[in-house]
Amino acid sequence: MPVSIAQDGTKLWQRRTSRAEWLHYAGWFALLLLFVFTWQVMTRDTIWAFVLDAPRQAADIGSRMWPPRWSYMSAVWKPLWDTINMATLGTLLAVAVAVPLAFLTARNTTPSARFVRPVGLLIIVSSRSINAIIWALVLVTILGPGVLAGILAIALRSIGFIAKLLYEAIEEINIEPVEAIRATGASPQQVLAWGIWPQITPAFAGISVFRWDINIREATVLGLVGAGGIGVNLESSLNTLAWPQVTLLLLVILGTVVVSEWVSAKIRHAII
Amino acid sequence: MLVIENLTKRYATGDLALEKVTLSVPAGQVVGLIGPSGAGKSSLIRCVNRLVEPSEGTIKLGDLDLSRLSRRALGQARRRMGMIFQEYALVDRLSVMENVLSGRLGYVGFWRSFFRRFPQADIDRAFAVLERVGLTDHIDKRADALSGGQRQRVGIARALVQEPDLLLVDEPTASLDPKTSRQIMRLIVELCAERNLAAIVNIHDVALAQMFVQRIIGLRKGKVVFDGPPDGLTPDVLTEIYGAEDWTATIRKAEEEDEQAAAVAPAVLARDTPMVTA
Amino acid sequence: MSAVSRRWTPPPLIANPVLRYAIYGGVALYLVVAFGTVELNWARMSEGVVRAGRLFAGFLQPDFTSRWDDIQAGLLESLTMTVTSTIVGIILSVPFGIGAARNIAPLPVYAFCRAFIAVARSLQEVIIAIFLVVLFGFGPFAGFLTLAFATIGFLAKLLAEDIEDIDPAPLEAIRATGAGWWQVLVYAVLPQVAPRLIGLSMYRVDINFRESAVVGIVGAGGIGATLNTAMDRYEFDSAAAILLIIIGIVLACEYASGFIRAKVQ
Repeated sequence: MPVSIAQDGTKLWQRRTSRAEWLHYAGWFALLLLFVFTWQVMTRDTIWAFVLDAPRQAADIGSRMWPPRWSYMSAVWKPLWDTINMATLGTLLAVAVAVPLAFLTARNTTPSARFVRPVGLLIIVSSRSINAIIWALVLVTILGPGVLAGILAIALRSIGFIAKLLYEAIEEINIEPVEAIRATGASPQQVLAWGIWPQITPAFAGISVFRWDINIREATVLGLVGAGGIGVNLESSLNTLAWPQVTLLLLVILGTVVVSEWVSAKIRHAII
Repeated sequence: MLVIENLTKRYATGDLALEKVTLSVPAGQVVGLIGPSGAGKSSLIRCVNRLVEPSEGTIKLGDLDLSRLSRRALGQARRRMGMIFQEYALVDRLSVMENVLSGRLGYVGFWRSFFRRFPQADIDRAFAVLERVGLTDHIDKRADALSGGQRQRVGIARALVQEPDLLLVDEPTASLDPKTSRQIMRLIVELCAERNLAAIVNIHDVALAQMFVQRIIGLRKGKVVFDGPPDGLTPDVLTEIYGAEDWTATIRKAEEEDEQAAAVAPAVLARDTPMVTA
Repeated sequence: MSAVSRRWTPPPLIANPVLRYAIYGGVALYLVVAFGTVELNWARMSEGVVRAGRLFAGFLQPDFTSRWDDIQAGLLESLTMTVTSTIVGIILSVPFGIGAARNIAPLPVYAFCRAFIAVARSLQEVIIAIFLVVLFGFGPFAGFLTLAFATIGFLAKLLAEDIEDIDPAPLEAIRATGAGWWQVLVYAVLPQVAPRLIGLSMYRVDINFRESAVVGIVGAGGIGATLNTAMDRYEFDSAAAILLIIIGIVLACEYASGFIRAKVQ
């Protein structure tokens, strides 16, 4: 009890009971210990001379990066186009897989909560846990470098993302209209298309466009592991220490990200 | 038309919602189902179209035994029963017309309905009922752009376009203001008379029920404790249904309103043509 | 009842027919052209099918043992990187978040914090990691800095939005008692935003773990480096083991964070 009565009869107020207070401090102390321990493990092999040297290095690279090499732009258009395609086609592919997956996984639409739903959840978690660039690393080894590996990598990562948000939206729908459609004698597929789908279209549109926006960002770096797009140029420019080209590429990436954010905001406004 | 015998519903939690309910409703009769919350009114009408599975007993619609139908046959049987809901249960993002046409889903195939290519006969039916309930001007509006009374009219139109034999009506006025409530109740009763429909109307407003329906059934704890004409609702009967309370005011109110309604009937009718929107 | 049959078709999504068909046509054209520029190397892909089979077999029979030392070292780096960067990121995101909230921060501070957040958010972690590896050398320290930087961008923005959305009434009330700026912060602002801050921080733990696997690819230490090596050597069974470990840990993090969030809120 936070309020207790002292021996002389006055009421004492504390924020927590003393036991809770102790647990509270013990928790923070444990967190502090964890931090100190992990910090020491992490920095065991750190060469502090490099760290101390970093500001000078930064100044040095900074001076070599400016001005950007604008003439390199002519070589960037094609990879930029590839980058946008990887994001767009990957997102479309992911949507095509994620929509049925979401319906199979949502508690209120799954054909079997015992068997199908856990499998769906497993697929979603596996897809979500691995970043696009790691999927790309794996796929480039399997399929060889190129845009196809990039598209599939984007799709594999996005399936889980879209399916998760979508099945949560499906689980939150209003059940009454669904009952009403069922009561008219509609078949289960019609109940899905007329009762449930219209309720989740705003969520669906929002989620897909949001993921496309993220995917543009992701697609810019997939080339670092050989999956096509503007990242390939970034990789080769970094390897040859062509800093002015790196600057140009960073500017292009930044510009693309800003434009895609603007486009996705526009589309979301138009649809919802 | 509808014959229910010994209907019992026990939920998985063990709650007994309905116990040996027996009643029958002839064509053209509107029955008001009253009772306290949790008396099983909602379970009763949902057992009829099997949105809730009955545990025991038989439910017959004409010669058809609803309680033992396969899934496919149930779909066909549901086409003969229109349902109207308390919160209207419209699909908000579909247009008024699409909501009404959803009443024909049991008659058209999946892809036809998916691409909104309904037979012209269904379109004609939909236009006719929309005109009857007074929503001709709102056909392509989204359902969530309408007022409560208009939304309930869409719900009624959706049930009517099924061309049902029976209407199941679940608290049609609980979300509406008093005036709109009366308009909606009047519309339902008129439509049942025009089309010779049997109807079961769940309603918690005793005065409103007395005003419009020909027969009242009182449920208490899943059992039928009253079945008779509206006049038969004496304070004793109401006490049996709802528990002890001073009921004279409720009954007097209903009578007065009845008289008032009779006195201003022509005016009300004029105001309440379907074109008037709530 | 109307005697004449009236036709009805659903109203189209885009009312203007010219614009509508222009958009449909444009989308179709884009898809055709985009698919056309995807270069498919069939010879390489048929080779890939065999490899995909091996990777899939690897998932069924992952090999945890033969590279266990590498996996263990990578995992340890990833986990320590996650913990340190999350804690440092949270601690630093609080002042940045407060500084980026228009209703309590003075304008110059606001502008600076917003600019910092914008930069941290718009650059991909991998790109930041590349630069930090160049500056600070290979190893988990660069990874730690990358993740801490990204955490600040993520948390400070959400925190700032939360603070801007708080109920002004308690703020006024505490101010009216004559409390100073710090007291307002501690008594009126923090209690309102703390539960969500804790929830978001938990969420960030598993994002940081996932990202820690990524930054390893460009040399910033962690399990990603181990995975990279395994893929380079075509050791699909070890790679599958690493992927399964990542999935398992993310799953555990999500479960734990769900539990903690339920407790806090």
